[in-house]
Amino acid sequence: MSDTLEVRIWRGGAEGGLVHYNVPRQASQTVLDVVTWVQRNDDPSLAYRFACRVGMCGSCAMTVNGRPRWTCRTHVDKVTDGDSLTIEPLGNVPVIKDLAADMTPFFEKWQSARGRFHGAATRRDAYARIKPDSPARQTANAHVECINCAVCYSACDVVSWRKEYLGPAALNRAWVAFNDERDAHLGYVLRSVAVNGGCMSCHTHQSCTQHCPVGLDPSAAIAGLKKALSRAYLSGRLKLS
Amino acid sequence: MTPLAFVLQRLSALVMVPVVIVHLGLVIYAVRGGLSAGEILGRTQGSVAWGLFYTLFVVSVALHAGLGLRNILDEWTALNRGATAAIAHLFVVLTLLLGLRAVFAVTVS
Ligand code: SF4
Ligand code: SF4
Ligand code: FES
Repeated sequence: MSDTLEVRIWRGGAEGGLVHYNVPRQASQTVLDVVTWVQRNDDPSLAYRFACRVGMCGSCAMTVNGRPRWTCRTHVDKVTDGDSLTIEPLGNVPVIKDLAADMTPFFEKWQSARGRFHGAATRRDAYARIKPDSPARQTANAHVECINCAVCYSACDVVSWRKEYLGPAALNRAWVAFNDERDAHLGYVLRSVAVNGGCMSCHTHQSCTQHCPVGLDPSAAIAGLKKALSRAYLSGRLKLS
Repeated sequence: MTPLAFVLQRLSALVMVPVVIVHLGLVIYAVRGGLSAGEILGRTQGSVAWGLFYTLFVVSVALHAGLGLRNILDEWTALNRGATAAIAHLFVVLTLLLGLRAVFAVTVS
């Protein structure tokens, strides 16, 4: 291990290519630190995205040595192959320029999976009382801490095969909404994920779960949706239109 | 994929598990026991039970494989959904024809 990193960074749009940079190694250096070093010291035109730098905002995901990762909390020491580090934009979403990817398809699918809360109560109603230890609340808790980083979306093969597939993050969010006892439109959630490209397209190969930096299990969420959907369908409760 | 296709694929898999196990056991029994074709036919022909068993086998396989084939075509080829549906339906019909013809030959005439 030398004190210089051999870094290759994707430059340009879809037709771009990898450009080589030498970056000094530092203690506890993150991949985001490396990218920032290049922009400040070598080429200020390098485009990339970040905000919080502490693993909260989900904006810094990139492909690092072939795998999607949150770069602000990925230590260089853990991922380098000798001294070499290859940093590319996130996969399964179009690249805008350099390391900045276009997240539009990801968030559009997020919306169409109805990963939102739909309340029915007004300010004059009393607070909803949800038992913290109820099974639905526990399930929602286990899946709610998503930071929308799209690392799972980028790691999912089915997303790359089926352009309409909603993907792990949106479906994980739908599962949270489905388990929210206050949500007034649970039927909508199931109907929204019962479409072609919905939860039924998941292969359960768990790449999403393997890669989620927060340690969520979208694959289990999708399995839950599949089960709820099958039950609702077989009992005639699933209204498709 | 529609919920109907999804549920049918799961249910057909559920049916196939025991049916395939019995079928494999039967194959091993027939081969190990050294049964001739004539002896096998002697036991299956006219048997309503074997006829129903293998009809179930053929129907579940045709459904399961047809639905799976459609998924693979949707995921791995550029064909549109109308085309993949047509190919999958054709496949199901062919599998049913060939399979049921074999069941008929072994259990009826
Ligand atoms: S388990 Fe499903 S959502 Fe997760 S990576 Fe596999 S196919 Fe994609
Ligand atoms: S489920 Fe995990 S990997 Fe996927 S967007 Fe949320 S935090 Fe990121
Ligand atoms: S910069 Fe916010 S999660 Fe990495």
